[in-house]
Amino acid sequence: MHLTRTARIVLGCLTAAGLALIYLPLLLVLLNSLNADPSFAWPPRALTGAWWSRARHSAGARDALWTSLRAGLGATAIALVLGSLAAFAVHRHGFFGRRAVSFLIVLPIALPGIVTGIALNAAFRTVLAPLGIGFGLFTVVVGHATFCVVIVFNNVAARLRRIAPSLAEASADLGARPWQTLRYVTFPALRPALFAGALLAFALSFDEVVVTTFTAGAGTRTLPIWIYENLARPHQAPVVDVLAALLIALSVVPVYAAQRLSSDTAGGRL
Amino acid sequence: MSATSREPRARGRLAALLAPPLLWLVLAYLGSLAVLLLSAFWTTDPFTSDVVHTWTTDNFRDVLTTPVYRTVALRTFGIAVAVTLLDALLALPMAFFMARVATGRLRRALLVAVLTPLWAGYLVKAYAWRVMLGEHGIVNAALAPFGLRGPGYGTTAVVIVLAYLWLPYMILPVHTALERLPAHLLEASADLGAGTIRTLRSVVAPAVRPALLAGSVFTFSLSLGDYLTAQIVGGRTQLLGNVIASQVTLDLPLAAALSAVPVALVVCYLAAVRRAGALDSL
Repeated sequence: MHLTRTARIVLGCLTAAGLALIYLPLLLVLLNSLNADPSFAWPPRALTGAWWSRARHSAGARDALWTSLRAGLGATAIALVLGSLAAFAVHRHGFFGRRAVSFLIVLPIALPGIVTGIALNAAFRTVLAPLGIGFGLFTVVVGHATFCVVIVFNNVAARLRRIAPSLAEASADLGARPWQTLRYVTFPALRPALFAGALLAFALSFDEVVVTTFTAGAGTRTLPIWIYENLARPHQAPVVDVLAALLIALSVVPVYAAQRLSSDTAGGRL
Repeated sequence: MSATSREPRARGRLAALLAPPLLWLVLAYLGSLAVLLLSAFWTTDPFTSDVVHTWTTDNFRDVLTTPVYRTVALRTFGIAVAVTLLDALLALPMAFFMARVATGRLRRALLVAVLTPLWAGYLVKAYAWRVMLGEHGIVNAALAPFGLRGPGYGTTAVVIVLAYLWLPYMILPVHTALERLPAHLLEASADLGAGTIRTLRSVVAPAVRPALLAGSVFTFSLSLGDYLTAQIVGGRTQLLGNVIASQVTLDLPLAAALSAVPVALVVCYLAAVRRAGALDSL
C-alpha cells in the first residue's frame, strides 16, 4: 500500500497531537508543583519551591510512602514465588486442567477491581476477623499479591517458551542434576524475566487504590490512599501536587529498566 | 513433555510446583469470591448494618427492580461504550503511524512515549485532569477567548478522563497487529490494483479488528468497574462502582448483589468478543 505524502503527514500530525494530549496533563502537574498559587489557577503568576519543602516535611505522606514500599515489596516477593512456580508447572507439564489454572491466575485482574476489593473485604470480615486478624498491612499484602501473581506468571511463562528445551537436555546429557540445570542454565536465562516481572508487580502494587481501599482498614495508608484522601482538601492540594509530580518523574524508571532488560518485556506483559 | 508427567517423579514435581499458587488463589481469591456470592443471599440488620445470615433472594430482586439501579447500570454501560469508541478513534491513526510510517528509532521512541504514562499512576492522571477541568483550570482558561467553557466536573469529564486513562491499552494491541501485518500482503494488494481505501478495507481492517476488540476488553471492563474517576471528576455522576462502593459498609449483601451486574456485563462482553476471535491476540 502506497500512502500518499499527504496521508503520511496527516497521520504524523494526528500522532503528534495524540502524544501532546497524553503528556499535557502530566507536564501541567509538574509545572503546578511550582505554581505559587495554592489553588493552581491558570496561568501561574509566580513560581515557588515552597510546596516541595512542605511535602518533604509532611509526616502523613512519608508514612504513606513507607507503607506503600513495604506493601509493594511483600506482594512482589509472594508474587515472584507463586507466579514462577505456576509458570513452570503450566509450561513444563501437560496436565488436565492446565487452561483452568491459567484462567484462575488471570481472573483477579480480569474482574473489575471493585469486585476483587469487596470480595476480599467480605472474606476478611467473615473469616479473618473472628480469628483476631484485623485489617492492616497484612491484608493489603494478601490482596496485592493475589493480582500480582499474573504479572510474574506472564513474564516467566513468555521467557520459558523461548528458552530452547535442548539447552536443558544438553545440560542433563552433560551429567547435571535437575537442580544444577535449574541453577546454572534455566535460572540465568530467566533472570531478566524475573526482574521485569518483579518490577511490574511492584509498580502495579504501588499504584493500586481500589483493592487497597477495601483491604487496608482505618489505620493503614498507602501513598495512593493518602493522595486520594487529600485530593479534595484545598489545604493539602500543593502537597498532593508535589507527590503527583514526583510519581510522574519516577515513572520513567521502570520503563527505562524494562527497556534495558529485553525488548519483549518492555511493554509490560500486563 | 506431557509424557514425562506420567512418571511418578514428574508428577510429584508438578504437584509441588502447582500446590502453592493454587492453594493461594483458591483460598484467598476463589474463597473470597465465594463469600461474596454467598453474602449476596444474606440480609442486613437495618439498625446495626450487621450481616444477618438469613437466606434470601431479595437483594437480587432489588437490584433488578429498583429504577435507580437500572439508570445507573445503563449510564455505566453507555459511558463504557463511549470510552471504548473514543479510544478506538484515537488509537487507530496513532498506531498506524507508529507501525507503518515511522521506522527504526522513531518507532521505538514513540512506543516508549506511549508506554511511559502507564507508569505515572491512575490517581496522578485523574488528579491532573481534576486540576485541568477545575473552575480556574487550564481548560477554561484556554477556551475563555472563544467565549466557551470546559465541561467542568460531570459525565463528559468522566468519559474524557477514562478514555485518557485507558488509551495505551488500546494503542498497544492495535500497534502490534499492524506491525505484524506482512508488507508483501500490502504490496500484493496494490499489485492486484487495489487503491488505498480498498486495501485498508480488505487487508488492513480484518487484521486490525481482533486487536481493536482485544483493546476494547480493557477499555470496556476497566470502565465498567471504575468508581474513583467518577468520584474525582464526575461531580454528581454515579457509576455502578460508586453505588457498590457506597453500599459495602452499609449493606454488604446488597453491594454483593450489585457487583454481579458489572461481572455479568464483563462476562457477556468477553463471550461475545471471544467468538470474534479477539482473545487469541490478547
